Amino acid sequence: MIGELFEHFSYLVTVFLMVTGLYIVIARGNLIKKLVGLSIFQTSVYLLYIAPGKLLGGTAPILAPQYGIYSNPLPHVLILTAIVVGVATLALGLALAVRIREAYGTIEEDEITALDNARQDMERDPDR
Amino acid sequence: MENNLVLRVVGKLLIPFILLFAVYVQFHGDFGPGGGFQAGVIFAAGIVFYAIIFGLDQARRIVPDRLVETMLALGVLIYAGVGVAGLFLGGNFLDYFVLDRNPVHGQHRGIFWVEVGVAITVCGVMLKIFYMFASRGQREEDA
Amino acid sequence: MAITAVVLTLRRNLFAVVVLSGLYSFLMATVLVALDAVDVAMTEAAVGAGISTVLLLGALHLCKSEESRSTRSPWLPLALASSVGVLLIYGALGLPDFADPNAPIHQHVVPRYLQNEVDVPNVVTAVLASFRGYDTLGETTVVFTAGAGIIALLRRRKSSTEKNRDGK
Repeated sequence: MIGELFEHFSYLVTVFLMVTGLYIVIARGNLIKKLVGLSIFQTSVYLLYIAPGKLLGGTAPILAPQYGIYSNPLPHVLILTAIVVGVATLALGLALAVRIREAYGTIEEDEITALDNARQDMERDPDR
Repeated sequence: MENNLVLRVVGKLLIPFILLFAVYVQFHGDFGPGGGFQAGVIFAAGIVFYAIIFGLDQARRIVPDRLVETMLALGVLIYAGVGVAGLFLGGNFLDYFVLDRNPVHGQHRGIFWVEVGVAITVCGVMLKIFYMFASRGQREEDA
Repeated sequence: MAITAVVLTLRRNLFAVVVLSGLYSFLMATVLVALDAVDVAMTEAAVGAGISTVLLLGALHLCKSEESRSTRSPWLPLALASSVGVLLIYGALGLPDFADPNAPIHQHVVPRYLQNEVDVPNVVTAVLASFRGYDTLGETTVVFTAGAGIIALLRRRKSSTEKNRDGK
């Protein structure tokens, strides 16, 4: 059992990072903190893809006559694009956070919900 | 930060090399680690560094907004244009083998232009994002 | 790296969080080099530690840099997250061992990619631009769309608000 866990060590690290990111996203109300958590979650996915592509004794997938074993290039390609797209979407999220801050004056989820409820009550009251 | 002598001197020394390294990464991407995505990001990082040290307005004078917005669209157009060029030369969309009489050279040419397109778009987007955030902060300070 | 991540969760000062996330990105890039993914490591170092740190700082400048104390109890999310973790570990035990050359990931299309049909030594570049050209075109379009979205969200139309005022 222990040996088996050791052979899957890379997966354990991935799972730990993923859970940490998930916890930040669920438990923290601050929108920027949530985005940081989301990017940690994202890096755990990078690791999940890259780690199985590694071969012991292999080198980076740049062909040269003196090497025979290469690590798997396919996950590298996928994750390369994922990182750049990831930062673009992170920036989009930050832009949304900035706009929310301008509209509500806060980026705490609880306070935003409270403000929303208050406004709904205000809108409902004149009808009564 | 704009009056810090050490930062200004070191920045002036380093920024040309950052930009040069970005170009190296772009064109040497076939043989070593690198490619359009990395080159675009490194180039943008160099200009962001410049903007942080010398002020946003100075950076905007060198790389104006209009140019950045053009780069945004131009990169995607170059990429798609390579695909369409393949169509016109009798191949499939994004088929590089027909771009030259020698199919391997055609591949090289296709990959080169595609990477250029990717780098231009990525660099444009990163710079645009930075400009948007930074200029918003500046205006808030003024207000 | 795990320690950095844990400290990251606990700190409430967002400035420290941003700096730590930059550190985290560099550590991640180191791990990626160890896993032979040099291209990816380069991107992660430039993007994660460079651009996204600057962006987060820029956003912090526009928002408050101190997180308020959460009123909800942390135990329910913690329990949820750790149960997901246990489930994932159970699933991961069924995956191939680390660096197993017989794993399915090394069997399918990769041998053909490594034959170097297009005569470009860096296989990552070859696969990115040639074999999976459609993918990359899509990714570039996504990046472009994100840029356009940010322009739409953050552009301040001074002239239009002035016009509204004049109209009123």
